[in-house]
Amino acid sequence: MSDSDLFEYLLRLGDDRLVLGHRLSEWCGHAPILEEDIALANIALDLIGQSSLYLHLAGEVEGKGRSEDALAYFRETIEFQNFLIVELPNGDFAFTILRQFLFDVFSFHLLQQLEKSAHAELGGIAAKGYKEVRYHLRHSSEWVQRLGDGTDESHARAQRALDELWRFTGEMFEMDAIDERLLTARIAADLKAIEPKWRAMVSDVLSRATLKIPENVAMMTGGRRGRHTEYLGHMLSEMQIVARSHPGAEW
Amino acid sequence: MVIKSSAPTRDEVFELLTGIKDPELPVVDIVELGIVRDVSIDGDTVRVDVTPTYSGCPALSVIEDEIVEKLKAHGFSDVKVRNVFSPAWTTDWLSDETKQKLKDYGIAPPGTAAMIDGAELVTIRRSRETVACPYCGSRNTEQKSEFGSTACKAIHFCNGCDQPFDYFKPF
Repeated sequence: MSDSDLFEYLLRLGDDRLVLGHRLSEWCGHAPILEEDIALANIALDLIGQSSLYLHLAGEVEGKGRSEDALAYFRETIEFQNFLIVELPNGDFAFTILRQFLFDVFSFHLLQQLEKSAHAELGGIAAKGYKEVRYHLRHSSEWVQRLGDGTDESHARAQRALDELWRFTGEMFEMDAIDERLLTARIAADLKAIEPKWRAMVSDVLSRATLKIPENVAMMTGGRRGRHTEYLGHMLSEMQIVARSHPGAEW
Repeated sequence: MVIKSSAPTRDEVFELLTGIKDPELPVVDIVELGIVRDVSIDGDTVRVDVTPTYSGCPALSVIEDEIVEKLKAHGFSDVKVRNVFSPAWTTDWLSDETKQKLKDYGIAPPGTAAMIDGAELVTIRRSRETVACPYCGSRNTEQKSEFGSTACKAIHFCNGCDQPFDYFKPF
Protein backbone atom coordinates (compact mmCIF):
# COMPACT_ATOMS: atom_id res chain seq x y z
CA MET A 1 0.00 0.00 0.00
CA SER A 2 1.31 3.43 -0.91
CA ASP A 3 0.01 6.95 -0.46
CA SER A 4 -0.75 7.02 -4.14
CA ASP A 5 -3.05 3.98 -3.75
CA LEU A 6 -4.85 5.68 -0.89
CA PHE A 7 -5.13 8.91 -2.88
CA GLU A 8 -6.76 7.07 -5.80
CA TYR A 9 -9.09 5.18 -3.48
CA LEU A 10 -10.25 8.39 -1.78
CA LEU A 11 -10.81 10.02 -5.18
CA ARG A 12 -13.09 7.14 -6.14
CA LEU A 13 -15.13 7.47 -2.97
CA GLY A 14 -15.29 11.24 -3.44
CA ASP A 15 -16.07 11.20 -7.16
CA ASP A 16 -19.00 8.75 -6.90
CA ARG A 17 -20.66 10.94 -4.31
CA LEU A 18 -19.82 14.25 -5.98
CA VAL A 19 -21.22 13.26 -9.36
CA LEU A 20 -24.36 11.61 -7.96
CA GLY A 21 -24.88 14.55 -5.59
CA HIS A 22 -24.64 16.97 -8.51
CA ARG A 23 -27.10 14.93 -10.56
CA LEU A 24 -29.58 14.93 -7.67
CA SER A 25 -29.16 18.68 -7.22
CA GLU A 26 -30.41 19.11 -10.80
CA TRP A 27 -33.84 18.12 -9.49
CA CYS A 28 -33.96 21.17 -7.24
CA GLY A 29 -37.05 23.13 -8.29
CA HIS A 30 -38.17 20.35 -10.66
CA ALA A 31 -39.20 17.39 -8.52
CA PRO A 32 -42.78 16.07 -8.83
CA ILE A 33 -43.85 17.31 -5.39
CA LEU A 34 -42.41 19.78 -2.90
CA GLU A 35 -41.48 17.15 -0.29
CA GLU A 36 -39.50 15.24 -2.90
CA ASP A 37 -37.80 18.40 -4.09
CA ILE A 38 -36.62 18.95 -0.51
CA ALA A 39 -35.70 15.30 0.00
CA LEU A 40 -33.59 15.05 -3.17
CA ALA A 41 -31.83 18.33 -2.36
CA ASN A 42 -31.09 17.07 1.15
CA ILE A 43 -29.67 13.80 -0.15
CA ALA A 44 -27.60 15.76 -2.67
CA LEU A 45 -26.25 17.89 0.19
CA ASP A 46 -25.28 14.81 2.21
CA LEU A 47 -23.51 13.24 -0.77
CA ILE A 48 -21.65 16.39 -1.74
CA GLY A 49 -20.70 16.86 1.92
CA GLN A 50 -19.37 13.30 2.10
CA SER A 51 -17.50 13.88 -1.13
CA SER A 52 -15.83 17.02 0.17
CA LEU A 53 -14.57 15.08 3.23
CA TYR A 54 -13.07 12.30 1.09
CA LEU A 55 -11.58 14.76 -1.39
CA HIS A 56 -10.15 16.91 1.41
CA LEU A 57 -8.43 13.85 2.84
CA ALA A 58 -7.28 12.86 -0.66
CA GLY A 59 -5.65 16.27 -1.03
CA GLU A 60 -3.84 15.85 2.29
CA VAL A 61 -2.65 12.35 1.39
CA GLU A 62 -1.40 13.57 -2.00
CA GLY A 63 0.53 16.35 -0.28
CA LYS A 64 0.59 18.75 -3.23
CA GLY A 65 -1.62 21.36 -1.65
CA ARG A 66 -4.76 20.53 -3.60
CA SER A 67 -7.95 21.29 -1.69
CA GLU A 68 -11.26 19.47 -2.14
CA ASP A 69 -12.38 22.34 -4.38
CA ALA A 70 -9.27 22.05 -6.55
CA LEU A 71 -9.97 18.34 -6.98
CA ALA A 72 -13.67 18.85 -7.70
CA TYR A 73 -13.45 21.82 -10.05
CA PHE A 74 -10.06 21.62 -11.74
CA ARG A 75 -9.74 18.03 -12.86
CA GLU A 76 -10.68 16.92 -16.38
CA THR A 77 -13.25 14.29 -17.31
CA ILE A 78 -10.70 11.51 -17.77
CA GLU A 79 -9.31 12.16 -14.29
CA PHE A 80 -12.69 11.44 -12.67
CA GLN A 81 -12.98 7.88 -11.42
CA ASN A 82 -16.68 7.61 -10.58
CA PHE A 83 -18.90 4.71 -11.62
CA LEU A 84 -20.74 5.23 -14.89
CA ILE A 85 -24.12 4.70 -13.21
CA VAL A 86 -23.88 7.94 -11.21
CA GLU A 87 -23.12 10.15 -14.23
CA LEU A 88 -26.10 9.07 -16.34
CA PRO A 89 -28.66 11.84 -16.87
CA ASN A 90 -31.54 11.80 -14.37
CA GLY A 91 -34.22 10.61 -16.80
CA ASP A 92 -37.65 10.53 -15.22
CA PHE A 93 -38.35 10.31 -11.47
CA ALA A 94 -38.44 6.49 -11.66
CA PHE A 95 -34.99 6.39 -13.24
CA THR A 96 -33.56 8.73 -10.60
CA ILE A 97 -35.09 6.68 -7.76
CA LEU A 98 -34.05 3.28 -9.15
CA ARG A 99 -30.49 4.52 -9.72
CA GLN A 100 -30.43 5.96 -6.21
CA PHE A 101 -31.70 2.71 -4.72
CA LEU A 102 -29.08 0.56 -6.50
CA PHE A 103 -26.34 2.94 -5.32
CA ASP A 104 -27.72 3.34 -1.78
CA VAL A 105 -27.73 -0.43 -1.18
CA PHE A 106 -24.12 -0.55 -2.39
CA SER A 107 -23.09 2.45 -0.31
CA PHE A 108 -24.86 1.06 2.77
CA HIS A 109 -22.80 -2.15 2.69
CA LEU A 110 -19.62 -0.39 1.61
CA LEU A 111 -19.67 2.13 4.44
CA GLN A 112 -20.61 -0.55 6.95
CA GLN A 113 -17.25 -2.14 6.11
CA LEU A 114 -15.28 1.08 5.74
CA GLU A 115 -16.24 2.39 9.17
CA LYS A 116 -13.98 -0.38 10.49
CA SER A 117 -11.11 0.66 8.20
CA ALA A 118 -7.59 0.52 9.63
CA HIS A 119 -7.26 4.12 8.40
CA ALA A 120 -8.92 5.94 11.31
CA GLU A 121 -9.85 9.15 9.49
CA LEU A 122 -11.32 7.29 6.52
CA GLY A 123 -13.24 5.13 9.02
CA GLY A 124 -14.62 8.19 10.80
CA ILE A 125 -15.83 9.80 7.56
CA ALA A 126 -17.43 6.51 6.51
CA ALA A 127 -19.16 6.10 9.89
CA LYS A 128 -20.83 9.47 9.51
CA GLY A 129 -21.82 8.72 5.92
CA TYR A 130 -23.23 5.36 6.97
CA LYS A 131 -25.74 7.07 9.26
CA GLU A 132 -26.81 9.36 6.43
CA VAL A 133 -27.07 6.58 3.87
CA ARG A 134 -29.51 4.69 6.10
CA TYR A 135 -31.93 7.59 5.66
CA HIS A 136 -31.27 7.70 1.91
CA LEU A 137 -31.85 3.97 1.56
CA ARG A 138 -35.09 4.08 3.49
CA HIS A 139 -36.29 6.84 1.18
CA SER A 140 -35.27 5.22 -2.11
CA SER A 141 -36.38 1.69 -1.16
CA GLU A 142 -39.85 2.89 -0.16
CA TRP A 143 -40.20 4.73 -3.46
CA VAL A 144 -39.06 1.70 -5.46
CA GLN A 145 -41.85 -0.33 -3.85
CA ARG A 146 -44.45 2.38 -4.37
CA LEU A 147 -43.53 2.93 -8.03
CA GLY A 148 -43.07 -0.75 -8.91
CA ASP A 149 -46.21 -1.91 -7.14
CA GLY A 150 -48.18 1.22 -7.99
CA THR A 151 -50.07 2.08 -11.18
CA ASP A 152 -49.49 0.49 -14.59
CA GLU A 153 -47.71 3.66 -15.63
CA SER A 154 -45.40 3.83 -12.60
CA HIS A 155 -44.66 0.09 -12.86
CA ALA A 156 -43.78 0.38 -16.53
CA ARG A 157 -41.49 3.35 -15.92
CA ALA A 158 -39.77 1.66 -12.97
CA GLN A 159 -39.21 -1.55 -14.95
CA ARG A 160 -37.86 0.43 -17.91
CA ALA A 161 -35.46 2.25 -15.58
CA LEU A 162 -34.26 -1.01 -14.05
CA ASP A 163 -33.72 -2.55 -17.50
CA GLU A 164 -31.66 0.49 -18.51
CA LEU A 165 -29.63 0.67 -15.29
CA TRP A 166 -28.81 -2.97 -14.63
CA ARG A 167 -25.89 -3.07 -17.07
CA PHE A 168 -24.14 -0.41 -14.99
CA THR A 169 -24.25 -2.34 -11.71
CA GLY A 170 -21.46 -4.86 -12.38
CA GLU A 171 -18.83 -2.15 -12.19
CA MET A 172 -19.51 -1.59 -8.49
CA PHE A 173 -17.98 -4.95 -7.57
CA GLU A 174 -14.85 -4.93 -9.74
CA MET A 175 -11.64 -4.97 -7.74
CA ASP A 176 -8.36 -3.84 -9.24
CA ALA A 177 -4.81 -3.88 -7.84
CA ILE A 178 -5.45 -0.75 -5.77
CA ASP A 179 -8.46 -2.35 -4.07
CA GLU A 180 -6.51 -5.56 -3.45
CA ARG A 181 -3.49 -3.82 -1.91
CA LEU A 182 -5.66 -1.61 0.30
CA LEU A 183 -7.76 -4.60 1.30
CA THR A 184 -4.60 -6.43 2.40
CA ALA A 185 -3.73 -3.37 4.49
CA ARG A 186 -7.28 -3.56 5.95
CA ILE A 187 -8.04 -0.05 4.72
CA ALA A 188 -10.43 -0.75 1.84
CA ALA A 189 -13.66 -2.74 1.59
CA ASP A 190 -13.94 -6.23 0.12
CA LEU A 191 -16.27 -5.64 -2.82
CA LYS A 192 -16.52 -9.34 -3.58
CA ALA A 193 -17.97 -9.88 -0.11
CA ILE A 194 -20.42 -7.02 -0.60
CA GLU A 195 -21.79 -8.30 -3.91
CA PRO A 196 -23.99 -11.17 -2.54
CA LYS A 197 -25.31 -8.90 0.25
CA TRP A 198 -26.14 -6.20 -2.28
CA ARG A 199 -27.81 -8.75 -4.54
CA ALA A 200 -29.90 -10.16 -1.68
CA MET A 201 -31.17 -6.79 -0.48
CA VAL A 202 -31.82 -5.49 -4.00
CA SER A 203 -33.69 -8.70 -5.00
CA ASP A 204 -35.78 -8.58 -1.83
CA VAL A 205 -37.00 -5.04 -2.46
CA LEU A 206 -37.45 -5.50 -6.22
CA SER A 207 -39.56 -8.61 -5.74
CA ARG A 208 -41.82 -6.77 -3.31
CA ALA A 209 -41.98 -4.00 -5.92
CA THR A 210 -43.04 -6.62 -8.53
CA LEU A 211 -40.05 -5.63 -10.66
CA LYS A 212 -37.94 -8.16 -12.57
CA ILE A 213 -34.16 -8.13 -12.71
CA PRO A 214 -33.13 -8.38 -16.37
CA GLU A 215 -31.17 -11.48 -17.32
CA ASN A 216 -28.06 -12.06 -19.45
CA VAL A 217 -26.98 -8.45 -19.41
CA ALA A 218 -23.50 -7.51 -20.65
CA MET A 219 -22.02 -5.20 -18.01
CA MET A 220 -20.58 -1.79 -18.87
CA THR A 221 -17.38 -0.67 -17.18
CA GLY A 222 -14.63 1.94 -17.36
CA GLY A 223 -15.37 4.69 -14.84
CA ARG A 224 -12.59 3.72 -12.43
CA ARG A 225 -10.10 4.06 -15.31
CA GLY A 226 -11.45 7.40 -16.48
CA ARG A 227 -13.38 5.98 -19.43
CA HIS A 228 -16.75 7.65 -19.17
CA THR A 229 -20.00 7.99 -21.05
CA GLU A 230 -20.52 11.08 -23.17
CA TYR A 231 -22.63 12.55 -20.35
CA LEU A 232 -19.96 13.23 -17.73
CA GLY A 233 -18.13 15.92 -19.70
CA HIS A 234 -21.32 17.88 -20.23
CA MET A 235 -22.20 17.60 -16.55
CA LEU A 236 -18.74 18.70 -15.44
CA SER A 237 -18.71 21.67 -17.80
CA GLU A 238 -21.77 22.97 -16.01
CA MET A 239 -20.56 22.01 -12.54
CA GLN A 240 -17.10 23.53 -13.01
CA ILE A 241 -17.77 26.66 -15.02
CA VAL A 242 -18.20 29.12 -12.14
CA ALA A 243 -15.03 28.01 -10.35
CA ARG A 244 -13.06 28.08 -13.62
CA SER A 245 -14.41 31.44 -14.78
CA HIS A 246 -13.68 33.08 -11.44
CA PRO A 247 -10.75 31.20 -9.90
CA GLY A 248 -10.30 31.96 -6.21
CA ALA A 249 -13.64 33.74 -5.91
CA GLU A 250 -15.29 33.69 -2.49
CA TRP A 251 -18.76 34.62 -1.38
CA MET B 1 7.97 36.82 38.26
CA VAL B 2 5.54 37.92 35.60
CA ILE B 3 2.50 35.73 35.09
CA LYS B 4 0.88 36.17 31.73
CA SER B 5 -2.79 36.01 32.42
CA SER B 6 -4.33 37.56 29.32
CA ALA B 7 -5.45 34.31 27.67
CA PRO B 8 -8.45 32.49 29.19
CA THR B 9 -8.21 29.00 30.67
CA ARG B 10 -9.65 25.88 29.03
CA ASP B 11 -12.83 26.09 31.11
CA GLU B 12 -13.20 29.75 30.24
CA VAL B 13 -12.82 28.91 26.53
CA PHE B 14 -15.65 26.37 26.80
CA GLU B 15 -17.70 29.05 28.53
CA LEU B 16 -16.95 31.52 25.71
CA LEU B 17 -17.94 28.93 23.12
CA THR B 18 -21.38 28.53 24.71
CA GLY B 19 -21.96 32.05 23.39
CA ILE B 20 -21.90 30.72 19.82
CA LYS B 21 -25.22 29.39 18.54
CA ASP B 22 -25.84 27.03 15.66
CA PRO B 23 -27.03 29.45 12.93
CA GLU B 24 -29.71 26.94 11.89
CA LEU B 25 -30.85 26.34 15.48
CA PRO B 26 -30.35 29.69 17.18
CA VAL B 27 -31.63 28.48 20.58
CA VAL B 28 -28.87 25.96 21.25
CA ASP B 29 -25.13 26.57 21.45
CA ILE B 30 -22.33 24.59 19.85
CA VAL B 31 -21.11 23.10 23.14
CA GLU B 32 -24.45 21.62 24.20
CA LEU B 33 -25.02 20.38 20.64
CA GLY B 34 -21.81 18.37 20.98
CA ILE B 35 -20.13 20.07 18.01
CA VAL B 36 -17.20 21.20 20.20
CA ARG B 37 -15.27 18.06 21.15
CA ASP B 38 -12.15 19.40 22.84
CA VAL B 39 -10.09 22.52 23.56
CA SER B 40 -6.34 22.62 24.10
CA ILE B 41 -4.30 25.68 24.96
CA ASP B 42 -0.60 26.28 24.44
CA GLY B 43 0.41 29.80 25.47
CA ASP B 44 -1.61 32.18 23.33
CA THR B 45 -2.43 29.46 20.82
CA VAL B 46 -5.69 27.56 21.15
CA ARG B 47 -6.95 24.56 19.23
CA VAL B 48 -10.66 23.73 19.12
CA ASP B 49 -11.71 20.29 17.90
CA VAL B 50 -15.13 20.29 16.24
CA THR B 51 -17.16 17.55 14.63
CA PRO B 52 -19.76 18.06 11.90
CA THR B 53 -23.35 17.01 12.62
CA TYR B 54 -24.03 15.95 9.03
CA SER B 55 -21.30 15.61 6.35
CA GLY B 56 -22.72 18.48 4.33
CA CYS B 57 -23.84 20.73 7.16
CA PRO B 58 -23.46 24.26 5.71
CA ALA B 59 -23.50 25.76 9.22
CA LEU B 60 -20.11 24.32 10.13
CA SER B 61 -17.97 26.79 8.17
CA VAL B 62 -19.93 29.70 9.68
CA ILE B 63 -19.40 28.20 13.13
CA GLU B 64 -15.67 27.80 12.50
CA ASP B 65 -15.38 31.46 11.51
CA GLU B 66 -17.23 32.52 14.65
CA ILE B 67 -14.96 30.41 16.87
CA VAL B 68 -11.86 32.04 15.39
CA GLU B 69 -13.30 35.54 15.66
CA LYS B 70 -14.48 35.06 19.23
CA LEU B 71 -11.27 33.54 20.61
CA LYS B 72 -9.08 36.09 18.86
CA ALA B 73 -11.14 38.80 20.49
CA HIS B 74 -10.35 37.18 23.85
CA GLY B 75 -6.59 37.25 23.71
CA PHE B 76 -5.49 34.31 21.56
CA SER B 77 -3.17 35.25 18.72
CA ASP B 78 -3.55 31.91 16.97
CA VAL B 79 -6.81 29.95 16.81
CA LYS B 80 -6.88 26.57 15.08
CA VAL B 81 -10.12 24.73 14.37
CA ARG B 82 -9.63 21.04 13.66
CA ASN B 83 -12.25 18.67 12.28
CA VAL B 84 -12.51 15.32 14.03
CA PHE B 85 -14.81 12.54 12.87
CA SER B 86 -14.61 9.89 15.53
CA PRO B 87 -16.80 9.25 17.46
CA ALA B 88 -19.48 10.24 14.95
CA TRP B 89 -21.84 12.94 16.16
CA THR B 90 -25.16 11.68 17.49
CA THR B 91 -28.33 13.31 18.74
CA ASP B 92 -28.02 11.04 21.81
CA TRP B 93 -25.48 13.59 23.12
CA LEU B 94 -28.20 16.21 23.60
CA SER B 95 -29.17 16.64 27.25
CA ASP B 96 -32.78 16.77 28.45
CA GLU B 97 -32.31 20.48 29.06
CA THR B 98 -31.19 21.02 25.45
CA LYS B 99 -34.11 18.96 24.16
CA GLN B 100 -36.47 21.14 26.17
CA LYS B 101 -34.97 24.25 24.54
CA LEU B 102 -35.65 22.79 21.10
CA LYS B 103 -39.22 21.99 22.08
CA ASP B 104 -39.80 25.49 23.43
CA TYR B 105 -38.51 26.83 20.10
CA GLY B 106 -41.07 24.72 18.19
CA ILE B 107 -38.86 21.82 17.12
CA ALA B 108 -39.85 18.35 18.38
CA PRO B 109 -36.74 16.92 20.06
CA PRO B 110 -35.18 13.66 18.78
CA GLY B 111 -35.96 10.21 20.14
CA THR B 112 -33.18 7.68 20.72
CA ALA B 113 -30.95 7.10 17.71
CA ALA B 114 -31.66 3.38 17.33
CA MET B 115 -29.72 1.80 14.53
CA ILE B 116 -32.29 0.04 12.36
CA ASP B 117 -30.42 -2.09 9.86
CA GLY B 118 -30.91 -4.68 7.20
CA ALA B 119 -34.34 -5.87 6.08
CA GLU B 120 -36.25 -3.61 8.44
CA LEU B 121 -34.64 -0.58 6.83
CA VAL B 122 -35.98 -1.40 3.35
CA THR B 123 -39.51 -2.45 4.32
CA ILE B 124 -42.31 0.07 3.97
CA ARG B 125 -43.31 0.88 7.51
CA ARG B 126 -46.98 0.33 8.27
CA SER B 127 -46.79 2.32 11.47
CA ARG B 128 -44.34 5.07 12.19
CA GLU B 129 -43.19 6.40 15.51
CA THR B 130 -45.53 9.13 16.65
CA VAL B 131 -43.85 12.37 17.55
CA ALA B 132 -45.55 14.67 20.02
CA CYS B 133 -46.42 18.08 18.57
CA PRO B 134 -44.14 20.71 20.15
CA TYR B 135 -46.98 23.26 20.10
CA CYS B 136 -50.01 21.44 21.52
CA GLY B 137 -48.54 18.12 22.73
CA SER B 138 -50.93 16.02 20.62
CA ARG B 139 -49.70 12.58 19.52
CA ASN B 140 -52.08 12.69 16.56
CA THR B 141 -49.29 13.67 14.17
CA GLU B 142 -47.88 12.30 10.94
CA GLN B 143 -44.60 12.40 9.11
CA LYS B 144 -44.78 14.28 5.82
CA SER B 145 -41.16 13.78 4.81
CA GLU B 146 -38.05 12.44 6.48
CA PHE B 147 -36.13 15.31 4.86
CA GLY B 148 -36.84 18.88 5.90
CA SER B 149 -35.64 22.46 5.94
CA THR B 150 -32.15 21.46 7.10
CA ALA B 151 -30.23 18.17 7.03
CA CYS B 152 -31.04 17.46 10.68
CA LYS B 153 -34.82 17.89 10.52
CA ALA B 154 -37.88 16.04 9.21
CA ILE B 155 -41.28 17.58 8.33
CA HIS B 156 -44.25 16.48 10.42
CA PHE B 157 -47.83 17.64 10.65
CA CYS B 158 -50.06 17.89 13.72
CA ASN B 159 -53.69 16.92 13.20
CA GLY B 160 -54.47 18.26 16.67
CA CYS B 161 -53.68 21.91 15.98
CA ASP B 162 -53.43 21.71 12.17
CA GLN B 163 -49.85 22.93 12.00
CA PRO B 164 -46.71 21.65 10.35
CA PHE B 165 -43.68 21.33 12.60
CA ASP B 166 -40.04 20.30 12.44
CA TYR B 167 -38.76 17.14 14.06
CA PHE B 168 -35.07 16.92 14.97
CA LYS B 169 -34.22 13.52 13.48
CA PRO B 170 -32.64 10.86 15.70
CA PHE B 171 -29.18 10.45 14.19
